[in-house]
Order: sequence, then C-alpha cells, then structure tokens
Amino acid sequence: MLTSILEQLINGLRTGSIYALIALGYTMVYGIAKMINFAHGDIIMVGAYTLYIGIALLHLPVIPAMILTAVVCSVLGVLIEKIAYKPLRKAPPLAVLITAIGMSYFLQSMALLIFSSTPIPFKSVINLETVQIGSVHISGITIITLLVTTITMVALTLFINKTRAGSAMRAVSEDRGAAELMGINVNKTISMTFAIGSALAAVAGILYICQYQSLRPTLGALPGIKAFVAAVLGGIGSVPGAMLGGIVLGIIESLAKAYISTELADAIVFGVLVIVLLVRPAGLLGKKKLVKV
Amino acid sequence: MAILKVTDMAVNYGMIQAVKGISFEVEEGEIVALIGANGAGKTTTLHTVTGMIPAKSGKIEFDGADITKVPAHKIVSMGLAHVPEGRRVFAQLSVLENLKMGAYTRKDKEEIERSLANVYQRFPRLEERKAQLAGTLSGGEQQMLAMGRALMSHPKMIVMDEPSMGLSPLYVSEIFKIIQEINASGTTVLLVEQNAKKALSIANKAYVLETGKIVLSGDARELMNDDSVKKAYLSE
Repeated sequence: MLTSILEQLINGLRTGSIYALIALGYTMVYGIAKMINFAHGDIIMVGAYTLYIGIALLHLPVIPAMILTAVVCSVLGVLIEKIAYKPLRKAPPLAVLITAIGMSYFLQSMALLIFSSTPIPFKSVINLETVQIGSVHISGITIITLLVTTITMVALTLFINKTRAGSAMRAVSEDRGAAELMGINVNKTISMTFAIGSALAAVAGILYICQYQSLRPTLGALPGIKAFVAAVLGGIGSVPGAMLGGIVLGIIESLAKAYISTELADAIVFGVLVIVLLVRPAGLLGKKKLVKV
Repeated sequence: MAILKVTDMAVNYGMIQAVKGISFEVEEGEIVALIGANGAGKTTTLHTVTGMIPAKSGKIEFDGADITKVPAHKIVSMGLAHVPEGRRVFAQLSVLENLKMGAYTRKDKEEIERSLANVYQRFPRLEERKAQLAGTLSGGEQQMLAMGRALMSHPKMIVMDEPSMGLSPLYVSEIFKIIQEINASGTTVLLVEQNAKKALSIANKAYVLETGKIVLSGDARELMNDDSVKKAYLSE
C-alpha cells in the first residue's frame, strides 16, 4: 500500500512538474503583458512536432534536435507576440483574449494541414533504465523529468532574481510605465518573456511527448489548459505559484486516477480549482493587489 | 541656455485635447514650477516631455537635442529623469533593488556605487531600510525612494510630479528642502505641484496652467504676489 502511494506521488510529481513548466509560461506572460496567452499550450504541440521532425526526418542526434525544438518554439513565441498581440497592446482585454484563442486554433489547424489528424507514433528519445529504491520503482523518464524541471526552475529563479534582465522583468510586471521611466525597453522585455516562456513550453513538450509517445495536432490543448489551471491555482503572475500549482495539480490528478476514478480525475482536478478559488481568490501564492491612491 | 525648451506643444488624451499648444523654457540650474488646478494638464505636460505620451504637435528640445519623438525608455540616458505622480516605486522590490533600477541604463559599476553612496547620504533612511520591500515604506519614505531612484540615473534634469501629494506637513517641508538641495548640487528641476505656495517659494520661475493653456508666467516671487494667482491658488 505504502509503495503504491509513493509511486503514485512520484508519478504525480512527474506530471506536475511538466504542468509547472508550462504554467510558468502562462504566469510570466500574464505578469509582464497582462494577458492570458491561450496559444501557449499549442507551443508544446509545435515543440513535439519539431522534435519529431528533427529526429525522424532530419536524423539529427538527440541533443541538437532538442536545441532546435527550443529555438523554434522561442522564435515562434516571439513572432506570435509581435504579429498578433503587440498591435493590441492598448486594446480591451477581451480583444486580446479572443486573438489568443484564435492563435491557438490557427496553430492547431496548421499542424492539421501539415501532419493530418492521424496520430504519429513517436519513440521516446529518453531511454533510461527503471530504478528501484527499496520496493519503489521509478522510471527513467520520471527521473529525467524531475531532474530537468528542477534545474530549469532553479535557473529561472536565479535569472529572475539575480540578473539585470530579470529585475527589468520584475519591474515591468509591477509597473510598466515606471519601468519605462527607468530606461527599460518594455517591448524588448515582453519579447524576452515570450521567448523564455516558449522555451519552457518546448522543454515541457519534449518531456511530454517522450512520455505519451504519440503526436496529434491537439496534443497541447489538454496539458495547456491544465497548466493554465495550475497557474491560476498557484496565483497567476506568481512564479513560485506556478511551480507549486503545477506540482499540486499533478499530484491530485495522479492520486485521483489511482484511488478514485480515472474518468473522474479531470473533474476532480478542476473541482479543486473551483474550491481553492472560492477560499483564496488570488490563488495559493497570489497577492491581492493593493491599490494605494 | 535653456536645457529644456518646449514649443507649441499640443497633446491629445483620447478625444480630449489636454494640452493646447504651450511653450515654456527651463534654464540650466533653475527650479521651474508648473502650477494649476486639477486637470489643467500639468501631468500630461510632464508625461509628454519624458516621452510617455506622444505630442500631437509642437517641439520638445532637451540639452540641444530634439526629443519630441524619442521614446520614454531612451530619454533617461540622455539625462532627463522623471519622478512620477504617486511615486510609483516597485513595491515588490527591495529599496536597494529600486535604487538599482534607477541606474538601469548605466554601465559603470563604480560610478553607480558612487551615486548610491550619494543617495544614501542624502536619504539616510533609505540606507537603513535598503533590504526592506519598497511597498512597506511610509508615503514620505516612498517619495524619498522615488527621488533617490531618479538620482541614480545621474540626471542633468529631474521632472517631479506632485512630490508632496498625500504627505504629512512634516514630510512636505522636508521634501521641499530636499528638492532645493538636489537643485543646489547642480540638477535642474521642473516641478509640478498643487501646493502652489510651497512650489513658488522655492522656484525661480513659474508657469500657470489653466485647462491646457499657459495663462501666466514669470518670476516665482512676483507670481506669488500676483492678485489672480493669490486668489486662485494661494488661498488656504
């Protein structure tokens, strides 16, 4: 029993850390550009297909294929912002939201046109033996996922808190106008945020596809929406919140699947969101906005 | 020589013409006050000068360069800093991080350290609280931080928007004293204030704005004794 719970917790941690990586993109973009980038989930899909193209069609070695994936996703993220969102910088939030949803469908439709709706099987590029600690089995992909997400999150936290560019991001996220008065180029900072968020989505996409091993144009939609839930759960705009929200969500989902019902797992996950938001409207680590006049 | 020269500047704010073709000059080393009632266009004027809002027409020259179309984030490094209305310190950043943001465009680490030492000397309170989040400071301390942050860019000129707003009388006097000190150390100041009496008492020159137009200008002391100014802005 204990072994089984431990294994489920570790599974949850694995799924959760992938959600967390994606949630970071939502929360950082929200913090800086004050918008929900609903096309963010589809960046994962683009990442997965890029990895497939790199390995199966271009016959690249694994590491260069992964780097290609990260670069393609970053460039795509920046382009999406420049083409679709930047012209709407001063538009009402609803217009931006609808554009983001449109962008999401656009990316899915493009993938549908290019790759058709038939799922493409994909063999994991991460091949590591399952490790046994006591009676607990941990798969290789789980170990890699946990390792990669931990390193990524530590690096991101250091970047945001210790570098000049990182403090520019924090300044823009808090007060765009005041940041401009400091000499910060807000457009550049927004581009950088989209690039980083999309690179994180690429990492998530690689880990995700190595686990699910099947490519479909809609593969980014569900992890995308769950990661969005994770970001809101943790407190949208908060970086530690996105990390916590993702992991909490993954663990709840994993435990619900194992001990309650596979079919109900998603309903339980979204139910938890509703309850948390009723009790803490700003999310677990979100701050209530103090308005000083 | 005028360090700032604004000629026929008009600004639209949405559908409304907030500033209707104004001209004014700030000489190097001066304190110039821009006074007027709420909605007269004072803040809009400052925002346009530092590139936060585009001018609809007219010309803005700073330190010999035409800055009419220069975006806000490039103006700081030209030597023009802006202390915005309501202070707008970065509440979630520490006092020290706020000050460092002020030096964002500067590269020379040693010179930045020197500026930081100067700011701490002028505002000992900020040094005491350097690790504290800016949002936890009192209003007066936040105003000092906003000023210190502007000084960190080592500006030739600072524009200040309502620095005394919302402060206790004790702090108001202190802030005005500090403005004079900053000016005495060689920084030109353009000051927007609703506290016209205090502003005129430290300014060399002043302009009176009314519904987007300059209606009166001249020596600050003379304006203080002007009947219409007394009646409109100095009654208590």
